[in-house]
Amino acid sequence: MNSGNEAGIELDQVNVWFGEHEERVDAVINAGFSVPLGGSFGLVGESGSGKSTILRTITGLAPTWSGNVSVLGNALHGEERDKEFYHNVQMVFQDPYASLHPRQTVDHVLSEALYLHGFDEPDRRIVEILDDVGLTQSFRFRWPHQLSGGQRQRVAIARALIIESSILLLDEPTSALDVSVQAEILNLLTRLRRERNLTYLMVSHDLAVVSHMCSDIAVMNQGEIVEILDVEALRALKAKHPYTKELLDASVQKRRQV
Amino acid sequence: MMSNLLEVKNLSVNFPTRNGVVEAVRKISFSLGRERLGIVGESGSGKSMTGRAILRLIQKPGILEADHILLEGEDLLKVSEKAMRQVRGHKISMIMQDPKFSLNPVMRIGDQICEAYRLHAKASKKEAKIKTLDMLEKVLIRDPERVFRSYPHEMSGGMGQRIMIAMMLIPDPKILIADEPTSALDVTVQKEVLEIMDDLVRERGMGLIFISHDLNVVSAFCDRVLIMYAGRIVETCRADKLHEAKHPYTIGLLNSIPQLEQPVDHLEVLQRDNAWNLEPSVNAILNGENAS
Repeated sequence: MNSGNEAGIELDQVNVWFGEHEERVDAVINAGFSVPLGGSFGLVGESGSGKSTILRTITGLAPTWSGNVSVLGNALHGEERDKEFYHNVQMVFQDPYASLHPRQTVDHVLSEALYLHGFDEPDRRIVEILDDVGLTQSFRFRWPHQLSGGQRQRVAIARALIIESSILLLDEPTSALDVSVQAEILNLLTRLRRERNLTYLMVSHDLAVVSHMCSDIAVMNQGEIVEILDVEALRALKAKHPYTKELLDASVQKRRQV
Repeated sequence: MMSNLLEVKNLSVNFPTRNGVVEAVRKISFSLGRERLGIVGESGSGKSMTGRAILRLIQKPGILEADHILLEGEDLLKVSEKAMRQVRGHKISMIMQDPKFSLNPVMRIGDQICEAYRLHAKASKKEAKIKTLDMLEKVLIRDPERVFRSYPHEMSGGMGQRIMIAMMLIPDPKILIADEPTSALDVTVQKEVLEIMDDLVRERGMGLIFISHDLNVVSAFCDRVLIMYAGRIVETCRADKLHEAKHPYTIGLLNSIPQLEQPVDHLEVLQRDNAWNLEPSVNAILNGENAS
């Protein structure tokens, strides 16, 4: 679909499994999709369907996998990722209470990312990124326990973007937040993507959230991608696979059934 | 009038801190009949505290105050702590937010559920096991025998929550307080679990207090809704009329949810009004006469 040099993330015939022989569990079976640079792609499915495992495979956190994964045209192997990969690809996790070091201030978290990637002028960059994610400067020297869930998630996004990465892997970034805060974070992510031409690969169980954020959506069930469809088809409820239909039914019915 | 299972009058929960008193719940009144009552609000709005206060599970230094909490005419505030233990689990049971913290990690799941059953019903181990397997099947667990022998860490979050539901329903309580029971579940599973709870509540004529931040779920599965903000009930309405809500807070919450079929570029963000903090709480006690 896309020429090789334009692809942000490409997966082809990817299998991920845990354990060997009788113990073997296939977490991802023959998965393949591609996300163009600047695109946003969603993975939906139940827990255990392998959607987070795909993100973990890309970042080198899955021990055993086969197939082809490439990011920005570079093929990835095993669990090793070079510095450039981490410079380009960053991840935002589900639980903002667990993903920030409890004994590091916001300033510490952000300057560490800058130091690791050899950026200069930490002062200026930290001031800028805090502005960009909608936190005032007074947050700079706070500890995580002094922040609300939404504010923490903003810090996590700031940490991912301060090193000027171009691809964000979003693992359920708003599922731990209230709907009102979720709206703020989704708006923030939308704006940042537009301003910085970011590529998103977003995992969520919420079809409405994914369809708000992504142009193409892969539906996963028990390790397999059962259907890939674009957002218009999803909104028009034109799913072909029975599982997708069931999923759509469940989320539409949730609102309508009375 | 007597059809109310539970009536709560002027309930407050306060936490004295170094920087003054934090009022988690501020003088709210509501009643529960044989119905499904939803309590919605953001985190920190006091909805979970309300659920806990009914069971007198407010930990020190928290202070629980109310004119009365009547369970079928009996004031729970006047009951001894020992008698309260008979109420908890047997008459009113509660499903908490996170099954990971509610299940005993070093005890097999089957044994935990059997224990819950045998605490309140005189039954032999064998009967308890049969009843437990039956209950596990009712919450749509595919292989109850295997789950019976498993430990909680072997279960996913969704499975854990179904186990909790099984465990809480097995003593046949009159009231079930479900605190975000489906927030950790997938949409398809969520629907199933809600349907199970729905069936059980109807079948047994139970009262259900359903605490959730998810307005869609609440409007679909409850009869009546209380909307809480900063420790107060700001609005109460029939669940199917939630989308016609009038309070700006409720409207703001509803608008901030992305809709599958109606795409928008920019989600509306809730604008908070300080006046909401000062409004008196809405009385949500239903009498026999004007109950619909």
